[in-house]
Amino acid sequence: MLSVDLAARKAGVRPGTPVAKAQALYPDLIIMDADLEGDRTGLEKLALWFQQRIAPLVAVDVPDGLVLDTTGADHLHGGEPAMLAEMVRRLRDAGITAKAVVADTLGAAHALARYGRARTLVVPAGETAAAIAGLPIEALRLPDNMIEGLRALGVATIAPLAAMPRAPLALRFGPDVARRLDQAYGRISEAILPVRPVDPVMVSRNFAEPIGAAETIARYIGKLVPPLCQGLEERGQGARRLDLVLHRVDSRTEAIRIATAMPVRDAKRLVRLLCEKIETIDPGFGIERMVLTATLAEPIAPRQKISSLIAEEEPDVSDLIDTLANRVGHHSLYRFAPVESDVPERSFCRVPALAPDDQKDWPEHWPRPTRLLARPEPVQAMAELPDQPPLFFIWRGVRRKVKCADGPERVFGEWWRGDAELTTVRDYFRLEDTSGERFWVYRSGDGEHGETGSQGWFLHGIFG
Amino acid sequence: MSAPLFRPPLEALRDQIRRLEGSATRRRAVLPFGIPDIDRRLPGSGLALGALHEVAGGGNDALNSAAAGQFAAGIAARTKGKVLWIVTRQDLFAPALKQVGLDGSRVIYVEAGVDQDVLACFEEGLRRGGLGAVVAEVARLSMTASRRLQLAAETSGALGIAVRRWRRQTEAADFGQPTASVTRWRISVLPSESLPVPGVGRARWLLELIRARAGESADFEVEACDGKGRLSLPAAVADGSDQEKAGRRRTRA
Repeated sequence: MLSVDLAARKAGVRPGTPVAKAQALYPDLIIMDADLEGDRTGLEKLALWFQQRIAPLVAVDVPDGLVLDTTGADHLHGGEPAMLAEMVRRLRDAGITAKAVVADTLGAAHALARYGRARTLVVPAGETAAAIAGLPIEALRLPDNMIEGLRALGVATIAPLAAMPRAPLALRFGPDVARRLDQAYGRISEAILPVRPVDPVMVSRNFAEPIGAAETIARYIGKLVPPLCQGLEERGQGARRLDLVLHRVDSRTEAIRIATAMPVRDAKRLVRLLCEKIETIDPGFGIERMVLTATLAEPIAPRQKISSLIAEEEPDVSDLIDTLANRVGHHSLYRFAPVESDVPERSFCRVPALAPDDQKDWPEHWPRPTRLLARPEPVQAMAELPDQPPLFFIWRGVRRKVKCADGPERVFGEWWRGDAELTTVRDYFRLEDTSGERFWVYRSGDGEHGETGSQGWFLHGIFG
Repeated sequence: MSAPLFRPPLEALRDQIRRLEGSATRRRAVLPFGIPDIDRRLPGSGLALGALHEVAGGGNDALNSAAAGQFAAGIAARTKGKVLWIVTRQDLFAPALKQVGLDGSRVIYVEAGVDQDVLACFEEGLRRGGLGAVVAEVARLSMTASRRLQLAAETSGALGIAVRRWRRQTEAADFGQPTASVTRWRISVLPSESLPVPGVGRARWLLELIRARAGESADFEVEACDGKGRLSLPAAVADGSDQEKAGRRRTRA
């Protein structure tokens, strides 16, 4: 166990408890795998937010903390206590439980934030020693084996440890104990490694005379994009999303946003995508400033071209995909990928149009209808129980006599999804009526046991 | 075909028209059905690539477009490259397309809200090229719109298939209106041959070639697409079923 929430803590689970033991304590425990890399990225994002809002020097303190150098920044937020309260409140609104401490040294603040009782605490200047005296020695950022060693010596809190003679400690545990103590008391300095925000590539242009005609805007888009692409090239990146902000003379702004499926650095293509959206903006009395920003950029990896001797290269359609996606929206452009499920409506999922092919495929042993109704429609049918196909059925007011039929193909409910599907069964039949039309019809239930379904008939698809 | 040296006047006239239309410079590529009876009726012996074709279902299928959709999928499956399939409401079942040879990884779906968007995406897809086929399900297709699509298809050489699909049976009369498409097909389902055992046989369609530019209309009775998107003639029509022949041999013996 790496970390537990409040409810688990109340149930008696602590970080460090073995999973098996925790499960024995509380069988319904929800356990999630730790994603250390993801946590770090999240922490870095949070650090950037703090850097913009609170203080310029922010460092990530892996795995669960942020270090801020708030010197000279607190008065901007109404004093230190107010600043801490505001930080904790904002984090709580975002669903994060946090503690915040201001102290003279990083070591002391780190210790008090993790082992202190108060949610927010401001340690007045010069009172650091008193504040941390009663904290356990774990608060000193020492390795576990040293903590154990010190506990074996009977040292439990910081104050007795600080009072011990240095030489024997250094002889037994190395220089770390003394260093951490000095850092906490502020006798030696400790540098932090602040995060650096990466500014997006941005180009802008001011106009002496406001512009308004669509052709003029298009021309200046054509002039803005090449420097942007050059900026991206220097970083080895391509744009996934571009924002063009147009400042009007009446100090209102208009914006164009385009997105691409793959990182793109081709100026011509970006210009075309941007120009297609010109009609959506209202220039009003004229535009005096244009700012083009690559708000989302991703690295472009050079790719090997296929030699014509080996195989024919598949034409690149990402250009077309981008054009269409900017017209109808990204969610309306997709492929279907197989999902391992026997229930027809769950056997596929939508993936982005240019998602890599994952080599999975649908099983082919039963015919499937060309059209699948969004939700199965109830039909009236007459059939012999338990497993004969219907003799006739009535769908949308039309009575159809069944000439021949195939089935049943039994599909069981997916019990792992919930108790409701534990016993459910569907029996699918392929029916052909006297005019040759084919339908995919199922009975909800196995025709014998009431708990398997309502025994009603439903039409689910139409064959070609 | 006639003797190699003799050129029928009709063929010469066609050549002249083609030259006037300006497309004589490059020979039109075609996608043959692989059934001589059908290919013979089509100019160029197959479905012209770089052209717009229209497909609609007959009877109830005008609303469901199950057979028409499968027919289009079968054609698209036999082209190379990605396929763009534009719909207004999505009810295609991807595993079924896989069963006529159109792999799920090849089809990119576009869900456009209204017919206008469908046509705009259709044209964009045809114009840009690089795709094997572009299929769009549209209800209304005016002469102007279809001409734009046809021109777009000619520039890129992509195969365009407009699956005509209406919301109501009364709107299906729209299929009689002239359009600029090169061929126009209507697919109606036929009862399948009854099997000697209980079960459903291979689906059969009545394929009506209602219009073909520089060709004549015709209708064919075919068996639905197989696993590679190919149609076939019913055994009885092709050259009699094996059973029948065996019976005849036996009576002769």
